[in-house]
Amino acid sequence: METTAVIKPTGFAKLVANRKRRWGYTWESIKQHKVLYLFLAPYAILFTIFTVGPVGISIFYSFTHFNVYEPPRFIGVQNYLNLFLADDIFLIALRNTFLLALITGPLGYMMAFLFAWFINELPRYLRAFVTLVFYAPTLSGAVFLVWQIMFAGDSLGYANAWLMRMGIIHETQYWLTDPELMMPVIIIVVLWMSLGAGFLAFIAGLSTIDPAMYEAGLVDGVKNRWQELWFITLPNMKGMLMFGAVMAITQSFAVGDVTAQLMGFPSTDYAVHTVVNHLVDYGTIRFEMGYASAIATVLFLSMIYANKGVQFMISKVGS
Amino acid sequence: MGAIAKRPVITPSSVGKRQGEIKKVINVKKIARNVRRPNRSIGGDIFIGFILIIFGIFFAFPLVFTINHAFKPMTELFLWPPRLWVINPTTANFQDLFILMARSWVTFSRYIFNTLFITVLGTGGHLFIASLGAYAISRYEFPGSKLFFKVVIVSLMFSGHVTAIPNFLVLANLRMIDSYWAILVPAFAGSLGFFLLKQFIDTVPVTLSEAAKIDGAGEWRIYSQIIMPLVKPAILTATIFSVQFLWNTQAGHLIHTEQLRPLPFALQQIVAGGIARAGVGAAVSLVMMVVPLTLFIVAQSRILQTMASSGIKE
Repeated sequence: METTAVIKPTGFAKLVANRKRRWGYTWESIKQHKVLYLFLAPYAILFTIFTVGPVGISIFYSFTHFNVYEPPRFIGVQNYLNLFLADDIFLIALRNTFLLALITGPLGYMMAFLFAWFINELPRYLRAFVTLVFYAPTLSGAVFLVWQIMFAGDSLGYANAWLMRMGIIHETQYWLTDPELMMPVIIIVVLWMSLGAGFLAFIAGLSTIDPAMYEAGLVDGVKNRWQELWFITLPNMKGMLMFGAVMAITQSFAVGDVTAQLMGFPSTDYAVHTVVNHLVDYGTIRFEMGYASAIATVLFLSMIYANKGVQFMISKVGS
Repeated sequence: MGAIAKRPVITPSSVGKRQGEIKKVINVKKIARNVRRPNRSIGGDIFIGFILIIFGIFFAFPLVFTINHAFKPMTELFLWPPRLWVINPTTANFQDLFILMARSWVTFSRYIFNTLFITVLGTGGHLFIASLGAYAISRYEFPGSKLFFKVVIVSLMFSGHVTAIPNFLVLANLRMIDSYWAILVPAFAGSLGFFLLKQFIDTVPVTLSEAAKIDGAGEWRIYSQIIMPLVKPAILTATIFSVQFLWNTQAGHLIHTEQLRPLPFALQQIVAGGIARAGVGAAVSLVMMVVPLTLFIVAQSRILQTMASSGIKE
């Protein structure tokens, strides 16, 4: 089906001719594949309207003053200047978000892979059950609210009751409202919920590696499971590792619902206020859409660059 | 007649012999499965088991807690010191929940219908259009196909928060706010399911669809009768992700008409009743988590099954 033109430009005239021919081929190719365009169209149109377009719209509005009631007014980079120079709370949110991403991103990623690998080492009949146990927190949606009871500030809270009984603490701790304790608690909860799509991808990937590879490795002198992991399993899972990294990074920057629901909105001293919280504040409460769009754009760029950076690192590791 | 005469004579003793042979083969296989792989140390096994148990408790604890809490009578809910396991299980919390449901302004079955409708139609629509598109760009290379997939991959790198505000404005312009469509249409275009389906269709050998093409099958036929049955695992996986998301959707800002609100929103209102609803809250969590958990349990075994039986390798 493929028609590829071999282009060897020797002169300007030939270059033009080749270009013309290439466009001709492209047009021919489009006509040839029109059924496929029809197949792709429903998804492509909706995807453009609800994902690609909105990113563009968001970037556009970020340069305007827009409150939904009046038409947007162009104000240049004023929103960004306000964000980084005048909005102290945004800077706190940015710091918290990066801190959370730096800790829960890599940790969540490693946990997902290690647990998937450990589960793969288990006997077959146990795997399904253990997978379910580890994936259940992600599956069960709003169940993370039970952490509110676990970390309740009174003596009925499980953390307080148990730590006091064990003599580790002597008075009740305000886990959800004490600025010094809030961040560690959020990290625990986020890690608890972090085994998502990447974890399942790892489990699937591990179980589809050809057993013959391991047998060959055994013959070649692979001594233990760690060597097997390093020399056979990991190189065979590069695609999955990349996918898992994307999922982990995106998730680690998107923390917001958990902080708002467990520790209130806004949280004490903005101790766990994240960029997502800030975005929700300006977007859905204050209706300052231009400003909120600037926040969204900053979030977008952080996520994309973190992903690109990590992908670059992963691609270097193998070579 | 000749063919029948040539068959080996079957006597009781020969049957016994054959069965013995078969048994031996099975025994050998069993032993092979039970023998430790030579590069696995016992210490390592214990270490892995230990880690899995410790973290398994951490991951399972809140769920076990929720289940226990939902069945606790009032006297145990506020016991001190707090106790994980229920002593006298009762269904009082669920009865309270049903009473609260019955008192609700809108008939409660309406909320249940809303969420079921959104989940089923949203997932079905998403799987249909995503698998069609994934089939097209996985099987063929045509102008724009590679670029489109690259954009889909980039879209995995940012969360829905980034696009939430423009999405709302787009939905408002399309006059979809305050209808099921506000939840459904964006859900159709989810990129994770599309990505997974495309990647999985890539693993189906091209020779298969080419053979069908030579036999005169059209694109639709190849898609629906050859590719789709072969990518069941990917479809199930995409189903789980989609259901997980839609089942928990509250969509408080997208839908204002009480009759159209989904179940999680209504349940959230009940739980928001305060401390006295602690037990009811746990009952609500339990009710909400049953569906995705059940689906995952069912689908997980199907995934393994389809994975094992698909057996396509180039």
